[in-house]
Amino acid sequence: MIVIVGGGVSGLAIGWRLAQAGQNVTIYERNKAGMESTWAAAGMLAPQIEAEYGEEMLLPLTMASRKIWPDFAKELEAETEIHIDYRREGTIQVSLNRDEQEQLDHRFSFLSRNQLEVEKLSAYEVRRLEPHISRAVTGGIYSPQDHQVDNRALALALKIALQKAGGILREQSSVEEIVIDEGCVTGVIVNGDKITVDHVVVAAGAWSRNIPGIPEISRPPVRPLKGQMLALEMPENAPLIAHVIWGPGNSIVSNVYLAPKSDGRLVVGATVEEMGFDKRMTGGGLLEILRSAWEVLPGIYDLPLIDSWSGLRPASRDDAPILGKSGIAGLTYATGHHRNGILLSPITASEISSYIIEGKDSNLISSFGVGRF
Amino acid sequence: MVSTALESGLQIAGKTFNSRLLIGTSRYPNQQVMLDAISASGAEIVTVSVRRVSFESGGEGLFDLLRGKYQFLPNTAGCFTARDAVITAELASEALETKWVKLEVIGDEETLFPDVEELLKAAEELVKKDFVVLPYCNDDPITCKKLQDIGCAAVMPLAAPIGSGMGIRNPYNLRIIREQCSLPLIVDAGVGTASDAALAMELGMDGVLLNTAVAGAQNPIRMAKAMKLGIQGGRLAFESGRIPRKLYATASSPSEGMADL
Repeated sequence: MIVIVGGGVSGLAIGWRLAQAGQNVTIYERNKAGMESTWAAAGMLAPQIEAEYGEEMLLPLTMASRKIWPDFAKELEAETEIHIDYRREGTIQVSLNRDEQEQLDHRFSFLSRNQLEVEKLSAYEVRRLEPHISRAVTGGIYSPQDHQVDNRALALALKIALQKAGGILREQSSVEEIVIDEGCVTGVIVNGDKITVDHVVVAAGAWSRNIPGIPEISRPPVRPLKGQMLALEMPENAPLIAHVIWGPGNSIVSNVYLAPKSDGRLVVGATVEEMGFDKRMTGGGLLEILRSAWEVLPGIYDLPLIDSWSGLRPASRDDAPILGKSGIAGLTYATGHHRNGILLSPITASEISSYIIEGKDSNLISSFGVGRF
Repeated sequence: MVSTALESGLQIAGKTFNSRLLIGTSRYPNQQVMLDAISASGAEIVTVSVRRVSFESGGEGLFDLLRGKYQFLPNTAGCFTARDAVITAELASEALETKWVKLEVIGDEETLFPDVEELLKAAEELVKKDFVVLPYCNDDPITCKKLQDIGCAAVMPLAAPIGSGMGIRNPYNLRIIREQCSLPLIVDAGVGTASDAALAMELGMDGVLLNTAVAGAQNPIRMAKAMKLGIQGGRLAFESGRIPRKLYATASSPSEGMADL
């Protein structure tokens, strides 16, 4: 039997693929599945706009996942009849003053140098595509292949798909310990009982370091990285924007983004805060998100604020996921996805499930093992 | 015999450091790049901000990764009054168990220039409380002199606005400060690339503190190494004594004894 620790998007997607392949798989989720980082995310599938200097090694993986996303979405929707709102309008990053424009030009040359499909936009072109963007806009970068999805619908669909394929989901069930005998996983302890298993996948997001039983030296270097977010309600039939818009941030918001969903929600985020496991919302957090968002899209001023929440990105030390072998036989990692958990879910699922079934990792994930730290 | 030893070490408050580079820990693409860049820079002193961060990240937080390997220099970034800065320094001191502080009292959000009046007040108070105070200040000889008289451990004049990368904007002021201050002088803020760091050292500064120039470079790890080499080169040049500048050429090969054709 295969046990997956954690019912977030990674755990659910891996479980679905394993169950489809006829494996006996059970996911243990200490709360409700898909209700932590998966719920808190914005659903952006944007490897290009999110690409950063010094993180070029991540691109082959994020681009590979983006490539299979459309088919993944189609298959999942066909399987479950749940609409996960895969949207193809693309993403536009804008700047609002001369200094930011220079930064944006710098970014454009970085993205072009990496052979990414991006287009430079003048202020006029930005406002032609999105007329509600601030008149202060100086220019933009258009990334047509950076799509988005409704991450909450995704979690629900994955949950159903997993169970339809024969996978088992146990919610409100913590794995209290992973039992390791002589360097080999033999079981997990749930509710005080030992369950014998062949394989354990740790997909516990920000909590992946804290599962008892794994020796200190083998623990994945993952920490929680807090993000506060909010949602506004756009007028029905007259959404303010159609593309995902990225703009400059300030203080604890490094970049602000606005992701319009087809149900009228405008998801706006996010702060980046080293606050441990403290998930409380703060006045400053909301203030900085709203201020940055309002500077990009002044029209949000009058929109109803319908929700606010925060989540914990599972950040690894180099922001890249930790995938595959753990150094302990029968223990596999699929964690540390940082801000890319939703984007990377299809590739995480296919790569980790075939790693478990076939026993060897592919070229794509071999450089993302925990051994790199 | 003339000394051929490599450049001498940096002494602050009785401690000697091999590296003359002090490096910041924010704005890197990620923690691994930060760790690798700091390591490539050879720096032994790292500045850290203690505002709005948790000290409990289960072994993977910033402080967990750096503790024991580097001398922490907590800063008072984001403080606008002496009172604010003193409280922040005390919190940092408690959390990180060090009396060292990079004292920053900002006067204006847009330029991030120091508020000299508040800075002097805070420095005085912290020195009284036995802190090792390294103040970030204007490149103003009078302010630097006052900070020295107060009893700071070093003085850190800016070369250009924080994060601007504009380089050494007023070398003449730095020269005057060098002539008038006997304390270690560290150029803090404004360095954009390795030649800026080298120039600071050639002006007789004792060290360079930087962050964005490395963290924001397209390859932070290589830029960290470049800064290290720039500082070493600049310091060696300073210690070696440069030749005077002359308007007209002086041949380096002798012209005596040439055949008269």
